Amino acid sequence: MLGKTANGLFWMSRYLERAENTARLIDTGQRIALTRLRSGEEEWIPVLQSAGSLEGFHNAYDTPGPEAAIDWMLRGRDNPSSIMACIFAARQNARLVRTAITGEVWEAVNATYMMAQDLLARKVSERDLPAALSAIRQNTALVRGMIHGTMLRNDIYDFLRIGTFLERADNTARILDVKYYVLLPSVSAVGSSIDNVQWESILRSVSARGGFRMEYGSEGGSQEIAHFLIFDKRMPRSLAFCVGKINDNLRYLNAGQSKPSKSQKLVTYLETAYLSHGIEEVLEYGLHEYIEKMLELLGELAGQIQLDYRFYE
Amino acid sequence: MEKPASFDEMWGANETLREPYRKFQAWFDSEDPARLRKKQREAEKLFRLTGITFNVYGSSEAEERLIPFDLIPRIISGSEWARLSRGIEQRVRAINAFLFDIYHKQEIVKAGRIPEEMISRNEAFLPQMIGVEPPGGVYTHIVGIDLVCTGPGEFFVLEDNARTPSGVSYMLENRETMLQMFPELFSENRVQSVSNYPTDLRRSLAACAPPTCEGKPVVAVLTPGIYNSAYFEHAFLADQMGVELVEGHDLRVVDGRVAMRTTRGYKPIDVLYRRVDDEFLDPLNFNPESALGVPGIMDVYRAGNLTIANAPGTGIADDKAIYSYMPEIVEFYTGERPILQNVETWRCSEPVALAYVMDNLEDLVVKEVHGSGGYGMLIGPTATKKDLAAFRRKLKARPGNYIAQPTLALSTVPIFSRAGLSPRHVDLRPFVLCSPDKVEITPGGLTRVALKKGSLVVNSSQGGGTKDTWVLED
Repeated sequence: MLGKTANGLFWMSRYLERAENTARLIDTGQRIALTRLRSGEEEWIPVLQSAGSLEGFHNAYDTPGPEAAIDWMLRGRDNPSSIMACIFAARQNARLVRTAITGEVWEAVNATYMMAQDLLARKVSERDLPAALSAIRQNTALVRGMIHGTMLRNDIYDFLRIGTFLERADNTARILDVKYYVLLPSVSAVGSSIDNVQWESILRSVSARGGFRMEYGSEGGSQEIAHFLIFDKRMPRSLAFCVGKINDNLRYLNAGQSKPSKSQKLVTYLETAYLSHGIEEVLEYGLHEYIEKMLELLGELAGQIQLDYRFYE
Repeated sequence: MEKPASFDEMWGANETLREPYRKFQAWFDSEDPARLRKKQREAEKLFRLTGITFNVYGSSEAEERLIPFDLIPRIISGSEWARLSRGIEQRVRAINAFLFDIYHKQEIVKAGRIPEEMISRNEAFLPQMIGVEPPGGVYTHIVGIDLVCTGPGEFFVLEDNARTPSGVSYMLENRETMLQMFPELFSENRVQSVSNYPTDLRRSLAACAPPTCEGKPVVAVLTPGIYNSAYFEHAFLADQMGVELVEGHDLRVVDGRVAMRTTRGYKPIDVLYRRVDDEFLDPLNFNPESALGVPGIMDVYRAGNLTIANAPGTGIADDKAIYSYMPEIVEFYTGERPILQNVETWRCSEPVALAYVMDNLEDLVVKEVHGSGGYGMLIGPTATKKDLAAFRRKLKARPGNYIAQPTLALSTVPIFSRAGLSPRHVDLRPFVLCSPDKVEITPGGLTRVALKKGSLVVNSSQGGGTKDTWVLED
């Protein structure tokens, strides 16, 4: 496979995953805003932080309010991680790797783009928002389904999966980071008071509310939630799950080679050094520090994969 | 001059249904126009979804447009096709012989059949190709011959596309769309298949691999990238052939071979089907600014370690000034009379011809010698006084830059419009594959149609559409 193609596959799936995550973040933000009595712009600040686009938002809007925040994340012209921008970038990458993906996958990506273009041509009103977000999530899920159902299990598939799980791990880590940092700035306060609505917002933003309740009933508190999202290998958005999948796919890619690749070594280090402990140790280390380290290592891993598989040179 | 009435390929000259359209007409009559309109919209949706679009140069955004598809097929009888393909094969063989000759001994110049300066002062002539032996002796691996029809069986060659002819993806997708929308038409009419084209293309390219190639030749398609107007076609062909689609920055010269950067290192290529123009192919040998090509690729080519399809320098054969010599070229190399006629052409570089063109400008079509895509041309009968005056000035300033041809009464084929069937002018581009031992012509081709009533410009960049082209089994 061409290095360029590996790069295109990796980013196509990253951008699709990012679009879906942003849709989920908006959904959560909106729900929180609606279920709280005081209406406020500040509700949206952590959401924008999780999406990594707070700064751009402040530069782009003179009167930042909830409506502007939603518009920015859906289709902000200068927001490279808006849903529209992500879907456009995913499609550009899909065009680039058109020969590597099946016709079904290409058409699903193209249909997602056509749907988004149509849906996000104008500002989305509050009453149309739930339907729009749901359409976006359904379409990206359709692409994933087409990938799952029509693609050969070979290196092409591996790069698609690696992109998906790197983005997903990054997203989960960010949500955890922002919530802890904003809500409980001092490490000693972690685990002291539980703000149900806030915790619920975290679970919702990674589609984990149902799974968590199934597992813990109404017992679980902040520590359990952190454990669930970091270590639980059954939870498809937990850090351990995503990193495990990256490791698997890197191993498939390296099959037949006598030595493990550099990126394989790095992901194995990440697993043993940061994902084989208990939540207590993490809290002791400092959750914020831990997540920051995680984000840094995930970034490093992406860079190493790009080098190992000659994405650019 | 009275504008002559056009020949309609379905209804003939006097409203008598022509034989190839008999079954189709019966089917059409029994169809509900509302259903057909719905099908037409469905087809457009399908084209958008599959991404059969082209990018428009010069538009502010990277806009992608559909080439309008008309659902009325253009139908050619088997016997008519047989004669056409004999003519095309003769012409393509002559073009290859001509290219070999002008990059070697230039016998045709020595024989006084073509003036020396037509070659040496032609921008499309590549001195870097002098004395080079292309693998298998093939220069034009893929050719598209543009034909126009003026009456029953009266086909003329309008242009030979010997560089990187495009449009073959539309030939294939138009057929695919028709098969999906109206399968019943294909059980009633025996239409020759075009679907083998990608397989034939790959086999034909592989047959031209350099002699140094061991084992199964590695073929790749070279594209300028996703912003190129024909990117869809490049990706489509690579996908259909099952070969890699590469860009200049994926390639590099490694150990005297051109190789592509894969996830496991550099892998040599034997045959490169390039959709990049000559001048951008190699920044070391041609345009130093080019970021689309591969530094040093020409040296690998000259050393015989790579096949470039089409060979660099083939543009000299489809230059509009050379075109006017095609009858001589065919006779010179095949020893036969040309089966397909040229359109009468005045070379404005010749004073007598120029004088005639100046006097009759309002009846003629004037084209730039190196132009393409329907840009920079004058259609006398529809031009304004201002246009005519502007072109007179241009002709005076640089006569050698232009040729002129009579406005032909191009044939029409009906399109499906609001009013039902309406005649519109068409042309035809059949696609030809050359390998060392054979010339293959896919039965069909790309029919382009000027959708505007009375218009003669069929180019997609100027409001043209396409039709499925049927060649029937007789």
